[in-house]
Amino acid sequence: MAEGSKATHERFRGDYPIVVDGLVNRFGTQTVHEDLDLKVRRGEILGVVGGSGTGKSVLMRSIIGLQPPSGGSIEVFGQSITEAEPDEVLGVRDRWGVLFQGGALFSTLTVGENVEVPLKQFYPDISDELRHEIARYKVMLSGLSEEAVSKYPSELSGGMKKRAGLARALALDPELLFLDEPTAGLDPIGASAFDRLTKELKETLGLTVFLITHDLDTLHEICDRVAVLADKKVIAVDTVPNLMELDHPWIQEYFNGPRGRAALTAQALDELRQHMDRPVAAHAVKALDKTPPGKDKA
Amino acid sequence: MTGLAQFEIVEGDGGSALVLTGPYLVSTIGSIDDDLRGMDGGVATIDLSGVSEIDTVGAWLACTLATEHDAEITGASSRAQRLLDAISGLGGEEKLGAPRLPFWSRVPDAMGEKIFNARSGIIGVISFLGALLISAGSLIRNPRRFRTVALFRQMELVGVSALPIIGLMSFLIGIVIAQQGAVQLAQFGAETLTINLVGRITLRELGVLMTAIMVAGRSGSAFAAEIGTMKLTEEIDAMRTIGISPMEALVIPRILAAVLMMPLLGFYASCMAIIGGAVIGDTMLGIPFWTFLSRIQEVVPTYDLWVGLVKAPVFGLIVALAGCYNGMQVKGNSEEVGKRTTLSVVAAIFAVIVLDAFFAVFFTEIGWA
Repeated sequence: MAEGSKATHERFRGDYPIVVDGLVNRFGTQTVHEDLDLKVRRGEILGVVGGSGTGKSVLMRSIIGLQPPSGGSIEVFGQSITEAEPDEVLGVRDRWGVLFQGGALFSTLTVGENVEVPLKQFYPDISDELRHEIARYKVMLSGLSEEAVSKYPSELSGGMKKRAGLARALALDPELLFLDEPTAGLDPIGASAFDRLTKELKETLGLTVFLITHDLDTLHEICDRVAVLADKKVIAVDTVPNLMELDHPWIQEYFNGPRGRAALTAQALDELRQHMDRPVAAHAVKALDKTPPGKDKA
Repeated sequence: MTGLAQFEIVEGDGGSALVLTGPYLVSTIGSIDDDLRGMDGGVATIDLSGVSEIDTVGAWLACTLATEHDAEITGASSRAQRLLDAISGLGGEEKLGAPRLPFWSRVPDAMGEKIFNARSGIIGVISFLGALLISAGSLIRNPRRFRTVALFRQMELVGVSALPIIGLMSFLIGIVIAQQGAVQLAQFGAETLTINLVGRITLRELGVLMTAIMVAGRSGSAFAAEIGTMKLTEEIDAMRTIGISPMEALVIPRILAAVLMMPLLGFYASCMAIIGGAVIGDTMLGIPFWTFLSRIQEVVPTYDLWVGLVKAPVFGLIVALAGCYNGMQVKGNSEEVGKRTTLSVVAAIFAVIVLDAFFAVFFTEIGWA
């Protein structure tokens, strides 16, 4: 029984759970990726940014094996996704969780049953009772209330759907989590709650997170490093402050545009508030609060 | 053994201790879960120090056992402790499936719902017809708003692109009728009546009926799916806010296209069936091809053609109405699109066959027998 599970229960100990090397993606005559390299470090939250149409989602789909690339190699947990036999990819598939943009919940199943699907698929020897329990606590771990377990996706709000999708992504206790624009379409309160949840889960469960986002607040708040997609490549992977130093027009526009500066100010305010007991800081917060975001002097 | 989750009970000073060893992961726990739950006898402590790997599922099991036996968890690694903290207080009794009523109230409940749905369905169809007539009326008063391009596009989709499949289908039907009819008629030595049989049955009934069924399957379903998907993606709402009436832009061109193309397709189908019959006549009955065709003129009364041509636009209207109405009724999720599409085809074919029966009686009564 347990022997049959192909010894996949060793956690990945290497440094880079995802290694993309020379990836090429072409659709007809249009080239989306050309010689793209990317390494994701174990235990980090890697944000992936890029303008619309730069192939962020295509990159994610290539890594999780939904989009066979035109060239290059992709390794996940040291196993090649591009050249592996389907069975071997299956051995990797139970070690990652994916949250699609709209949640992609199965609409004919309740939230709890959605979470059970991967468990049933990969570990049929788990008893019904334990599986129900697992589904319940995973749903609650994702920040939903107990009642949400028996609801259908159509009865949930957008934010709740994302959390339910996250619960399903976490069903198998993955080591690697893919999030496709998790905060898109959420109100600012919901978005920052989701950010906190992502960070908390990453820390408690020891996850590596591959996060596609447009949300500058998310980048500043929770991403350890950010990969910038432009010109069909990853042009830079670094921390946000280091990226802002770089002299690339798109990066400058992105992080130093009005929204970028507003997000930065918000983060600075947050950090200052944590030191409010110091009189100087309190003064600074008051001063900053008066400045409308994005309109302070450049 | 590193590959298996195992446990043993060790008697110690402060009561018995449950010692867990090996990996406690979602992949290894299935084999041991029942044994652990079925374990009887009190346990004072649960020792996790021998656990090589743990995830939330392992932590959950340890947590459940601890609560059940009122035991204390010891020897947890820092990772295990983090997981234990994260999941403590979670869980509950909520059933995973959606709540279901008991059998005796579920059945009448479903029946009542069906009856109410039927009632609102009838009201819906009638109000859809009303809205259609109003739009048609306002279009007649403002003919410049009429969407000629959309109409021609739909005529192409409903009519021209259906030519190959309807032609082939009718040709084969003609062959079957002629061949099977000839076998029976030969018993009376009346093989030549095969011409009457093929000519009259295809022009009166089968040509139009089979075409209506094919159009329902090809175009009626497409109408329902297209309009239904547009409804889901809020395209219909967007049209309304811009001031475009979906009735005028989507429904009327489709209905008009079906009404206009059905007689043409029906006539074409009858012709193809007669050609099919003539081929059989030529090869099996010894009636030359051209003789077969010229005999058709003599044995088939003209009103047989009119019977078919009168029915055709009515069938087209029914098929297009069923498609458009069901498309406009889509709301909620993508599942509904599939359901409505199926319903539109089933309803259209059913209505066409019922109407055809009425037409048959009617035309016989007025002397077009």
